[in-house]
Amino acid sequence: MKNILNIKGLTIEGFNDNQWSTIVDGVDLTLARGEVLGLIGESGAGKSTIGLASMGYSRRGCRISSGSILFDGTELCQASDRVKQKIRGTRIAYVAQSAAASFNPAHRLIRQCTETRVRHGQLTAAQAEKEAIENYRRLLLPDPEGIGFRYPHQVSGGQLQRAMVAMAMACKPDIIVFDEPTTALDVTTQIEVLNAIKQITRHLGTAALYITHDLAVVSQLADRIMVLKNGRKVEENQTRKLLDTPGKSYTQKLLSVRSQRPIKKPVQLKQNVILEVNQVSAAYKKKELVLDTIDLTIRRGQTVALVGESGSGKSTLARAITGLLPPLSGEVIFQGNPLGASYRSRDRESLRKMQMIYQMPETALNPKQTIETAIGRPLSFYFGISGREKRKQVLEFLDRIELPASYINRYPGELSGGEKQRVCVARALAAKPELVICDEVTSALDNLVGEEILKLLQNLQNDLGVSYLFITHDLATVRAIADEVVVMLKGKIVEKGPRNKILNSPGHDYTKRLLNSVPKMNPDWLDDLLEKRKNTRSKKAA
Amino acid sequence: MPTGLLNGGGSLNMKDMTATILKRIGHSVITLFVISILIFIGVEALPGDLAESILGQNALPETVEAFRKELKLDLPPHVRYISWLGDFVQGDMGRSLSNHRPITDLIGWRLSNTLFLAAVAAMVAVPLAIILGILTALYRNTLFDRIVSMVSLSAISFPEFFIAYILIALLSVKLSLFPSIATMDGQMSLMDKLYTIVLPCLTLTMVVLAHMMRQTRAAIINVLATPYIEMALLKGVSRLRVVVVHAFPNALSPVINVVALNMAYLVAGVVIVEVVFVYPGLGQLLVDSVAKRDLPVVQASGLIFASVYIGLNLIADLLSIASNPRLRNPR
Repeated sequence: MKNILNIKGLTIEGFNDNQWSTIVDGVDLTLARGEVLGLIGESGAGKSTIGLASMGYSRRGCRISSGSILFDGTELCQASDRVKQKIRGTRIAYVAQSAAASFNPAHRLIRQCTETRVRHGQLTAAQAEKEAIENYRRLLLPDPEGIGFRYPHQVSGGQLQRAMVAMAMACKPDIIVFDEPTTALDVTTQIEVLNAIKQITRHLGTAALYITHDLAVVSQLADRIMVLKNGRKVEENQTRKLLDTPGKSYTQKLLSVRSQRPIKKPVQLKQNVILEVNQVSAAYKKKELVLDTIDLTIRRGQTVALVGESGSGKSTLARAITGLLPPLSGEVIFQGNPLGASYRSRDRESLRKMQMIYQMPETALNPKQTIETAIGRPLSFYFGISGREKRKQVLEFLDRIELPASYINRYPGELSGGEKQRVCVARALAAKPELVICDEVTSALDNLVGEEILKLLQNLQNDLGVSYLFITHDLATVRAIADEVVVMLKGKIVEKGPRNKILNSPGHDYTKRLLNSVPKMNPDWLDDLLEKRKNTRSKKAA
Repeated sequence: MPTGLLNGGGSLNMKDMTATILKRIGHSVITLFVISILIFIGVEALPGDLAESILGQNALPETVEAFRKELKLDLPPHVRYISWLGDFVQGDMGRSLSNHRPITDLIGWRLSNTLFLAAVAAMVAVPLAIILGILTALYRNTLFDRIVSMVSLSAISFPEFFIAYILIALLSVKLSLFPSIATMDGQMSLMDKLYTIVLPCLTLTMVVLAHMMRQTRAAIINVLATPYIEMALLKGVSRLRVVVVHAFPNALSPVINVVALNMAYLVAGVVIVEVVFVYPGLGQLLVDSVAKRDLPVVQASGLIFASVYIGLNLIADLLSIASNPRLRNPR
């Protein structure tokens, strides 16, 4: 079979701190017609850069310094802008990670989906529109005739992502580059997009580069998988072979993250209730309840995981508990004392006992403050500790979060994402809280790094006996850390109970759907699942 | 996913939008009201007695007293303010002190001249600034970009009268292409009028061009860094089309605002240019009236300038709202 894409010795450099450094280091890659190649690795592995380079494109501040990119006989490295412009969109198309950011907010969807068709002179606007509607229908978008005439902000994230797939397939390209197309989506929505992608790669015979950090997702789609680390190829193999017999230890590590083994923890005795949420309802606008009579209890030393898709009200509940969003009705009782609705009406002591850790360590830390200032702030604010004593305690916390003492004078910008999140953990613990609310603390991190953070949180809980309210959409995290699971849907709690009961024998339909939407490392998982759902649907119809 | 954002970022509906617009209009009215008070207080605070200074040192006390009565200066300030504002709202601006003609007649023709000059200058400057802004964004950091930026920034750095005199020296004295004095009368045809105001128009264009151009360029370059622009490039859309069709519509809001500010300047800030070219506009009238202590005219002109300023900014805000598809097409 003739290869449609042939990349040899690709080296890409990026301009950083006034010097060029290598991002991609001599990668070879081939893609046959109709083949799907998965590129997998953690952030900084150079996967996206390679994906873009296969279209002859490099971002600002990057340059392709050597190597050859041969697309169907055309060398893209030396090609003129005109030649590349002709190929892009028509013969190689791109599907970006965030459809919400990658659709132009000023134009209707259909105008963007038909643009390549019309601008490259292949079809008239009317013909292209008809074809786009056909593509929407093929990708099972709701209201295929009407959806294109909406603006991006009027369409949900999962539908936008499918519309972007429709946009990519408009010109029937030879290759589509999928750059983390489902990373920003909920598991239940992810299935629909994966199904759409499978449709076009399998039935239209389009070749694809599928870039992701999630091995389970890519194994559903890819014929072959290439593992990348720090811009170099680690290994490459047929999907099944790679999963069954990973050659390199790095691949094994990637595989084991998803094997979802729970972290060991001592069995808990029945402890005192520390937080009680009683019939709490809250709304941002009048009459639109985001939280609908929520009841929740957390015991000392316990981890309660709050699960649900985006928009289900998980973070809003955290805001209601902390008093950032005063509830409309109901009360929050902490260690037996009802708390004021707004954080403004709570005393310093009750503020101290409840701390938060956020999703984005980048934005949660002040970039102009050293690590000492960040961790030391709660010490001086709540306990009036200063000077040498403060520094001593900060050093102890650094030791606790397994960071070297030399970090004390560093700024957040000099730390990696995982290290910053550790600092956020330390800052929360410096207040000696009774309850820490962790809002998606691992979802902005790579799997391996996130795993380390979870281990750290577990160790700290074993030592200090703090309770966690763990907000997450990732069920693997739940399995790893939770004692109790609370499932939320549209502002209501649909199910709650001990972890093993919820995960192994869920009672509510939504929990079941949530659980079986989590991709498994088995390459047949998606096909089986879709087959099963189809059957139940036709059964219901009959 | 940060769920709070999704819930918090509201889905706007028509009612919210109407409320926003009404609120914005209300703000404008309040601002205008406050300005009318400030103008009145400012004029009130001028030193010396108005009647005395107009009648001269040698006037008899009885004459001064009678004149004060005629001007209603014997009434308390707030009563005079209310009657002044009441009349103004009904279109009666009172009479000029120097020639006793109704101010409405006096100002009407002058205002139309000022608006005419501003409109012509805007019709030249705004499209030129936007096109240059788009081109400099498209060819950013090239020689073309640098030259256009340098020239337009130089023009904005010179005082207006300096540019005006340079243009007169070059185009009027040396080359005798255009008249150096822009006198107008009611009988002139449109072409004559346009020919007469070429130099003031050119001066104003050079003064306001850089500001709008730089803002357009900056706003577009800002948008060019977004993922949807990268997407457009990866779809094989040409650079020109990316800038004009994909980037510019999303850069409209800041551009509209700076255009409105500059148009307000063209109406309210052209005093110096009008004086240099002896153009019979409202600015000239204002300067003359201040010299003659013709305070009703000063008050009236001040309030008209303020209304134009606030009106244009209001329009800019409304257009900004209209240019945002999220507000125009609620969920």
